Amino acid sequence: MKTHWNILIVDDEEVMCLSLSAWLREDGYTVDTAMSGAQAVELARLKDYAIYFIDLKMPGGMDGIEAMMEVRRLHPEASVIIITAYATVDTAITAMKEGAVEYIVKPCNPEEISLVVQRVIKVKSLQRENAILRKKLTRQYETRDVITKNPRMQQILQLAQDVASLRSTVLIRGESGTGKELIARAIHYSGARAQKPFVAVSCAALAETLLESELFGYEKGSFTGADARAKGKFELADGGTIFLDEIGDISPKLQADLLRVLQERCFYRLGGKEEVRVDVRVIAATNKDLRLEVHEGRFRDDLYYRLNVIEINLPPLRERREDIRLLAGHMVERLAHELGKEITGISEGALKTLIDHEWPGNVRELENAIERAMVTCHGHVLLAEDFEFLLRNGRNGDHWTIPANTTLDEIEKRAIEVTLSRTNGNVKEAAAVLGIDRSTLYERIKRYEVAR
Amino acid sequence: MTLICVAPIGPLEPLVLDALAPVLEDCLNVQVRRMPALPLPALAHIPARDQYDSVVFLKALSAACPPGVDRFIGITSLDLCIPMLTFVFGQAQFEGRLALVSTARLDPRFYGMPADLPLLLNRAAKELLHEVGHTFGLVHCSDSTCVMSLSTGIQHVDLKRDAYCPDCAAQLGELQRTNENSLEHPDRR
Repeated sequence: MKTHWNILIVDDEEVMCLSLSAWLREDGYTVDTAMSGAQAVELARLKDYAIYFIDLKMPGGMDGIEAMMEVRRLHPEASVIIITAYATVDTAITAMKEGAVEYIVKPCNPEEISLVVQRVIKVKSLQRENAILRKKLTRQYETRDVITKNPRMQQILQLAQDVASLRSTVLIRGESGTGKELIARAIHYSGARAQKPFVAVSCAALAETLLESELFGYEKGSFTGADARAKGKFELADGGTIFLDEIGDISPKLQADLLRVLQERCFYRLGGKEEVRVDVRVIAATNKDLRLEVHEGRFRDDLYYRLNVIEINLPPLRERREDIRLLAGHMVERLAHELGKEITGISEGALKTLIDHEWPGNVRELENAIERAMVTCHGHVLLAEDFEFLLRNGRNGDHWTIPANTTLDEIEKRAIEVTLSRTNGNVKEAAAVLGIDRSTLYERIKRYEVAR
Repeated sequence: MTLICVAPIGPLEPLVLDALAPVLEDCLNVQVRRMPALPLPALAHIPARDQYDSVVFLKALSAACPPGVDRFIGITSLDLCIPMLTFVFGQAQFEGRLALVSTARLDPRFYGMPADLPLLLNRAAKELLHEVGHTFGLVHCSDSTCVMSLSTGIQHVDLKRDAYCPDCAAQLGELQRTNENSLEHPDRR
């Protein structure tokens, strides 16, 4: 898999679409074709293409210039290359005026078309790199920045989008490395508070007293070393969002303080007598089962219900394996820039290793594994052998562990996923391995929405 | 083992096929079978350009592909093109079974130079390995000396070596293994 750029070829001649798309695919691009301007516009609505090759003269109501204008209305940043067999100065001027990046007369020299595509892609790469670096710098992620095609994740993103502009408290549950902070940031930056601060606090990282002063601030002289008044995270987040990570780890005293803030929207600084009022949205996250913590008396039930107004349960990576290909491609592209390595993609063999791995550390572990492989890789493509360390760690698919509170349905789904992966999606073979009928396996695949 | 059949399309010096078949066996660890020449496909000639449509050639190759063959490669001495491009050295079905190589523009005489059979054969071997690489799913390589680098002119063909770079060789090995596994289980294809 090479870093994907999508190209759309629009021409009413089938042979033109077929031959040019074949030529571009050999260069590693993903190519779609459309036989009319109207079809091109339909496809442009569904997918974002880096380059559009549009034939100037097409029958059926919409010529190349009109198709280009419509596409550019949908995607102003689209790069359109107009192709024609009948070049005139007038049409060339019109095409360029309306925003075409290039005007090519067919047939053209292979070198010419190759240079044009390379030039456009170079500009697109720089634009994309700029966007990635900007996001990384500001960490202003929105729901559309979350990379997924998993139906459950897409529902979560829809929910995140729906609640973004509300003030309701959100509790995000998920294993370590599933992207809880990313979702919290997406909720914040997709909503009305996007221009206000997003303040993240890791509750497990600090001792109780430190966390208290960190959250609520302190007055001068309230403890040794407090030589000036300091604002806490709640004050710093005023008007915006505070993200309380690992909320399940806070002490009973802090649980009580937090409950008061949630109920009354006010608090006192450490050592202070003045009430501080804030308008802060709270998003909390935990990898613990808070219901169990409540049941066993370690977490206040009233705080739990206050936090759990909107609950988001993030699936572990092993339950959204269809995203591994997408995530890996994105990570390779980003890390190649960061590490300064000319690695352009990831082989199918390497992807299979990644898809089969259990990923107890989830997306964070995947990112670390890809970074490690990229550091030691000497070629331009990551191969299966670059990920041998994953197998050596002994946590591959043959030895998957069952996390606590797993239902039998989840175990059955996982067994089906692992077996289908090993049989390369061959249902007949997988059914034989699992010891069930093929029809039963099809029924289970449908029931559990297993990706094949 | 992967079986690759090679057939001339239209006129071709038998010497060319004699020289090219062993190249595949040496570089790819495959079994190569020479096939009788295929007739020139009807309607392939484009009079306005005095060239031959490589899409029509590929269709003819597809129609003549013997059963049970993993790859079917056509070699022609005729000048091939596609509607968008003035010429192509060859064409392949990406991740498919068919590929074509034209020796027309690999021949030094095309550029007004004296005949040089060893040079022609060396160029043809490179383009053959290149197109076969595409059928296994290799894309163009950024290493200009690798046989999988894109050649848009004869100077690029001469610049590259008649071998895959270590990166492409490793990928090809991986892709060949996947291909052979899928051949053992035909219903996965």
